[in-house]
Amino acid sequence: MLMLWSTVLLALRELKRNVMRSILTILGIVIGVGAVITMVTIGGGATVQVRQQIASMGSNLLMVSPGKRLGPGQSSGNIPFKQADVEAIAREVSSVASVAPVSSQSIQAVFGNQNWSTQVTGSNNQYFRVTNRSIRSGRQFSDSELRAGAAVCIVGETVRKKLFGGQDPLGEKIRLQKLSCEVIGLLEGKGQSTMGMDQDDIVVIPLSTYQRRISGNQDVAIIQVSVRDGAPTDKAQRDIQLLMRERRHLSPSDDDNFNVMDMKEIAKMLTGTTQLLTALLSAVAAVSLLVGGIGIMNIMLVSVTERTREIGIRLAIGALESEVLMQFLVEAVVLSSFGGLIGIVLALTASVWLAGVLRVPFVFNAGIVVIAFLFSAAVGVIFGYFPALKAARLDPIEALRHE
Amino acid sequence: MNMIVLRQMDGQSLIELQGVTKVYGTGQAAMHALRGIDLGIEEGDFLAVMGPSGSGKSTCMHILGCLDTPTAGTYKFKGIEVGKLTRNQRTRLRRFYLGFVFQGYNLLNRTSALENVELPLIYRGVPAGVRRARALQALETVGLNGWESHTPGELSEGQQQRVAIARAIVTEPAVLFADEPTGNLDTARSREIMDLLNGLNRDQGITIVMVTHEPDMAAYAKRIVRFLDGLVESDGQNGRAT
Repeated sequence: MLMLWSTVLLALRELKRNVMRSILTILGIVIGVGAVITMVTIGGGATVQVRQQIASMGSNLLMVSPGKRLGPGQSSGNIPFKQADVEAIAREVSSVASVAPVSSQSIQAVFGNQNWSTQVTGSNNQYFRVTNRSIRSGRQFSDSELRAGAAVCIVGETVRKKLFGGQDPLGEKIRLQKLSCEVIGLLEGKGQSTMGMDQDDIVVIPLSTYQRRISGNQDVAIIQVSVRDGAPTDKAQRDIQLLMRERRHLSPSDDDNFNVMDMKEIAKMLTGTTQLLTALLSAVAAVSLLVGGIGIMNIMLVSVTERTREIGIRLAIGALESEVLMQFLVEAVVLSSFGGLIGIVLALTASVWLAGVLRVPFVFNAGIVVIAFLFSAAVGVIFGYFPALKAARLDPIEALRHE
Repeated sequence: MNMIVLRQMDGQSLIELQGVTKVYGTGQAAMHALRGIDLGIEEGDFLAVMGPSGSGKSTCMHILGCLDTPTAGTYKFKGIEVGKLTRNQRTRLRRFYLGFVFQGYNLLNRTSALENVELPLIYRGVPAGVRRARALQALETVGLNGWESHTPGELSEGQQQRVAIARAIVTEPAVLFADEPTGNLDTARSREIMDLLNGLNRDQGITIVMVTHEPDMAAYAKRIVRFLDGLVESDGQNGRAT
């Protein structure tokens, strides 16, 4: 019997003879394996990042928004919240640590000849606590500013960079629509959010200023609540729900026309979405592996035809069908495994690079690397079998006559 | 001249063909390549098979070489009925008993002379060290020492034919089949090859069956068999049959 190792050596020699063709053959596998591993690695990194952000966000954040629970038609007949609702929550729900009203919209901010479209948020000082932000320089809003709706603002890091460059923003005046307001504080940088939004692209102004000068109404879009450390989130959630039902005069048979969401749930949902997306993208990438396999079959078939005479010689001088089959099968497997290896190297390189660009952590996933490699070898076996069988079944006389 | 010499079979022959026919295709399109061949070959013989193209000599060679099986009749190799063997069993027969020098050399391209000669030993499972030594020895026998690492493309036609012969004899086969071994060579080279075959037959006792259409080359053989229209036209010791 022909030893397996010598068959592998034979296959390697055969592939070395046709370097160009070998490379073209494995290209499909390289891309397939590379894509799958890259997708899974980046997806894994994104999931880890989401988890990290959940951890940094704290698990005790509640978001109260008008409208029914996520679903079709949720915006119909929404009764917006008012400042009084915010105060009621702070007053009535004992387990609440801070309550911040949040209304915001995208507005062009102008300073000198610089302008930058940013998110302008009307809120109070509690907002910084609830959203885990701190003021790097300058100060918070004063009570009188909050009450009077003064033209003052606190800007995020991105806004500072875009509008002021190297200049100190404190004391300068920026224009938001018709409102010209003085910069009294600068927020600490926070980076990207889970959804990939820049959390530093923000201008915070007192809620009363926002209502009077920007939205022109007394509405509060959402209320963000942080629950006291150690207090159960679900109890706070239920208390707020009861309070709001009472304040909105809902009869027991009515559904809630507002929604108290636990950020933990949202985060969970996001993690799930990330994982689902990763799985989907990986599945698409896996299809390219299949296509790669068909490519191998194609080239192997061509190779069998090209080498008909060689096969004839081998069969005539004493190679068994099984040995010829083995030779071509091993060739296919060596090819596809090579493709797999190159794919792995490329994928890891690409993943490290992409992780940097997309600002997600690079998480090495040994499992998918092993699976992708085994799969690429399996592709060789599956798609190499038919051409190999074709070679083994050749009639030596016919094969020797082949030109 | 047209005397048909039938050799009596005694069961001891190395090769024994009895009433062998070969038909390709069926019905109207059927082509009768062999119409009933009786032929015996003894160990140590040197047979030249002659005949015009289409006379069935190649088909007969294929059957003798266990590459093909007869449609009817029996072919016994060392008493074994080849027609009843499976494809793999016939392959094993070729592997262990037969050597082939194909028409047009049929060497593996881009493969060194040494590796070409080693090939049949690989399938016999001979360990690498022994394999190499035997292949080198076979190359020396055909006078190609020093050319081991050259590929067929770097060798002359005569040298390629020598490599093919070395590949055929490296296994020390019971029978060496040579299909037009001097077909593409000039007279001087042809004589060298024939001297080589003659030497192998004389010194190593290898039975040789050679297809040729050149009387000059056939003259080297001990016995000449002529084919015509799928039948043995004449069979006799060299010099007497013609």
